[in-house]
Order: sequence, then structure tokens, then C-alpha cells
Amino acid sequence: MKSYIKRGVIFLAASLVVFCVLFVLIQTDVINAYYSQILMVICINIILALSTNLIINYTGQLTLGHSAFMAIGAYASAFIQMNTGLPFFLSLLCGSVVAAVFGFLIGLPTLRLKGDYLAITTLGFCQIVVVAIQNIDALGGAQGLAGIPPKTTFAWVFFSMIATIAILYNIVHANQGRAMISVREDEIAAEAMGIDTTRYKIMSFTTGAFFAGYAGGLYAFLMMFIDPNSFNFLKSIDFVIYVVLGGTGGFVGCIASTSILTLLPEVLRFLGDLRMVIYPLLLIVIMILRVKNIRVTSFLRRKSGAAKPKERGEDHAAA
Amino acid sequence: MPLLDIENITIKFGGLTAVSDFSISMEENDLFGLIGPNGAGKTTVFNMLTGVYAPTSGKIVFNGESIQGIQPHQITKKKISRTFQNIRLMKNLSVMDNIKVSYAYQAHYSLVSSIFRLPSYFRQEEEIEKKSLDLLKIFGLLELKNEKACNLPYGQQRRLEIARALATQPKLLLLDEPAAGMNPQETQNLMDLIQWIRREFKIAILLIEHDMKLVMGVCENIVVLDYGKIIAQGPPDEIKTNKKVIEAYLGEEAADA
Repeated sequence: MKSYIKRGVIFLAASLVVFCVLFVLIQTDVINAYYSQILMVICINIILALSTNLIINYTGQLTLGHSAFMAIGAYASAFIQMNTGLPFFLSLLCGSVVAAVFGFLIGLPTLRLKGDYLAITTLGFCQIVVVAIQNIDALGGAQGLAGIPPKTTFAWVFFSMIATIAILYNIVHANQGRAMISVREDEIAAEAMGIDTTRYKIMSFTTGAFFAGYAGGLYAFLMMFIDPNSFNFLKSIDFVIYVVLGGTGGFVGCIASTSILTLLPEVLRFLGDLRMVIYPLLLIVIMILRVKNIRVTSFLRRKSGAAKPKERGEDHAAA
Repeated sequence: MPLLDIENITIKFGGLTAVSDFSISMEENDLFGLIGPNGAGKTTVFNMLTGVYAPTSGKIVFNGESIQGIQPHQITKKKISRTFQNIRLMKNLSVMDNIKVSYAYQAHYSLVSSIFRLPSYFRQEEEIEKKSLDLLKIFGLLELKNEKACNLPYGQQRRLEIARALATQPKLLLLDEPAAGMNPQETQNLMDLIQWIRREFKIAILLIEHDMKLVMGVCENIVVLDYGKIIAQGPPDEIKTNKKVIEAYLGEEAADA
């Protein structure tokens, strides 16, 4: 317990320092408006990647429809806020709860399927959500929903990300997380050890949907405009790429890969037309390097052993 | 009242009757062996006992409760635990975490107390930690607790799998070919282990095994299956000389000779 509190305090202190540095840099215009916007998108993407990570890496369920929950969260929170004038945070929460309810309802029948079958059904669900939103006039239809008040600030995004990391970390390193990991490792053995695998799959899926919905809300209030097509399955594939590049399970790897892959297309803008040739090429190179065990995670771990409170391994023994 | 009472269970897969009219009855702390040629239906019996298959007809009563047709994870909660013919450990998890997974269903703190790390989380995690360490200690796996399960030698993996099954605190332990792939020395150690578990944990054990030395050496009662039917049942000495058993294993002429 003591070591947990110690790690928690270190983590909080470190994130406060990072926040202060970034905040000052933004205030003094060292990081200009364009890059601070990218920074916020990175934070939102990290929330999304971590929630996908919980489902794909920890529970071993391949979902290709995560952006649907993001869309549901984005539309629900924006719609609620614009129509009722609910406080920002409450409308974000409402959006995430709506997404979580959808996650639960979709998970109930589909999580009986395995591997590629689950991937295809979630893909289908994603497509249904996009088409459904396109046909609801109250949500702006295919033209998108405009006029969302700009309420997302850097502080909101950053601390939401920190809270997401902390909550998901706590879930993964508890009984529930162990049960989820056992589902990934061997479903039959997990059943034989008394674990209700369906229950934990749904728990993981619903939690993932909740955070995706929350991130969707942040995204909506950041962009001030959302359209259904920006949430199609290609967006889900992005999250899968972040997670796959991040390696099996690690939080640090996932955060690093998300940051790099969100930043990379922006950094490559100077290449002009060649950008979308170079970016995929880089992606391929990174993936090949990753397979050869030069993982982002192990790279980071080697560099800073004690400074990373968010690593797997020693924590089970200590908690 | 017996601990386990199986009455005439039959299972059919389409037109194939895999097991028919199988009945046995076990008391607490009994040690039974289930043998038979390949494809006789031994593992199918285990799968019915552990809820993987529901029997087409018949009754399974365990500890005074009818248990046929309920889910595998519910069976474990009714105190029946098993190991697998082909070892099914959580390969990428540490030895310690493999054991902890078995305690998962016995922990009763909610998702909320995990997220906010409420006192119930620390209390129960500490208890699980302690129980797991104790179990690893008596199984001689304590030094290996941070090792990945897939890095253990074969014999140790079997040991860990049995330890993991015991962590669910069963009253009946089902061992599916525990000696498969073991050398004579490892088999001898396993025999000692099985007898020791029975004494120490005071549980009933039902095991499937092809290694006759092990079966004859530890079981007090042996059930012989052939083509899904029980052809003989009794203490090892009786089974050794039973004509039907020799016939099933070696063919008719050998039995006559």
C-alpha cells in the first residue's frame, strides 16, 4: 500500500510538472496556437488509444469499431450541452455514459464471437452508427453539427488524460484486470478457474466505450464542429495502429506511440504532396523495427528505469 | 451421502454416443482413476463434469446439488477444479499471477474500489498475495514466482497447473493425464505429490491417466471405459486381472492366452 501511494504521488507530481511546463510554453507563445491544438489532439488520442488498449491488448478482443463510441460520446455531449446548457463536465459525463450504455448493449451479443468475427461485427456497428447519425436531422445529418461552444481547454484535456491513465492503470492492476488478462491468455483455462469470461469482456468493452465517449466529447468541444464521416472505421483503425505499435500491454508504449503517430503527419507537412507517401513508409519502417524487438517501450524503459511509475511488473508484488 | 454422484449420464454428438450410462459415486477424500484406450470418452466425462458439455441425459449431483448443464465458471464455484491434458497455463503471466488468477473469483471488491483504491482493495489484495505465496511455497515454486510460466520446465508447469487448480479451493480435483510427457523420475515425484495433496488438502481426486504404474500405484479404485461404456470398476488388483480390461487394451486373443 505504501509503495502504491509513493508511486501515485510521484506520478501526480511528474504530471503536474509536465503540465506547468507546457502551460507556460503555451501562454508565452513558444508553442503557438497551431501546435497547442495538436497537443490537445494528442491528449485526446491518448485517452482513446488507452481505452482501445484495454480491450485489445489486455482483454484480447479485437475491436474495429471504437470510433463509433467516440462519435456517440461526441454527439451526445454536444447535443445535450447545446440543448440544455448543462455544465461542460456534466455534459461530457452524460456523453460518456451514453457511449458506455451503447458499449454494453453491443458487447452483450457480439462478445460471444471471437477474433475476426468480433472485428467484423464491431466494424459493422461502426458503420451503422455513422449512417444513423447522417440520417438524424436533429444532429445535423450528413452536414455535421456546428456551433458547439469552444469549452475544451488544455487543462481540461491534460487532466482528463491523467485521470484516464490513473483509472485504467488501477483497473488493470486489480482483480478485474487480472481476470481480463486471463481471458486474453486462455479463455478456457480462465473459465476453469472460476472467471466469468463474458462478464469481464463486457466490463472491459463498456469501460473502453466510456472513455472513448469522454474523449469524443472533448474532441467535439475542441473542434466546435463534428461530422459523421470523421468517425468512420478508418478512425478506429488509427487507434488499432497506436495500440499495435505500443506493444503488448504497456501504458508507456501506448502513450509514446500515440504521441509520435499523431505528431508525425503534422511534422511532415513541409513535404507537401509527398507527405502521404512518406508517412506510410515511415509507419512500415517503424513496424518492422518493432517486430525486431526495438520496441518503443523497451527503449523508454531502458532510458529511465525508476522515473516511470506507470510500468508493469514490479507493481503486483508491491500492491 | 456421497460427494459426487453421477447417475447414468449419456452424451450424444449427432449420431455418435460418446459416453453412455456412465455412473460412479465418490466419497470425500476418495482417489479414483479413470482409464481406457484412446477415444474411450474419458476426457468427455471430465468435460461433462466441468460444464464444458451438458450431458444429453442423466444426473450429476455434487455436494448435494445437481450441477449438470451449468457453466464451467459456475462449476468451479461449486468446488470442482481441473487441470488440462495439454497444459493450459497463462503463458505470458508470471507464476505468481497464474496463481492469483485462481483467487480472482474469491475476491469480492468492486470495480469502484479498484478504481479509487478503497481499503477493501488493499485488504483483499494483501490476502490474495499471502495465500498465493503460501501455496507457491508448499509447492516449491517460490523462487520461480516472477518467472514467466512458459519458461518453466515441463514438470514444473504441471506442478504449477495443479497448484493453480488447488487455489480455487476445490473439494474434487480432476487431473487430466497429469503424467503425460513425463520421464519415470518425474512420474514418481508426481505420484508422491498426488498422495500428498490428498492427505494435506483432504480432497477427492479423480484422474485420467495412461501411465499404468501411476494409476495402479496411487488409485484405490479404478474405472475402465471402452467405447463410452464402463467395462470394469474396482481396486487395482482386480482390474489388472480383469479379462474385459485386457481385451480392451490388448485384443481378444491376448485375453484368452
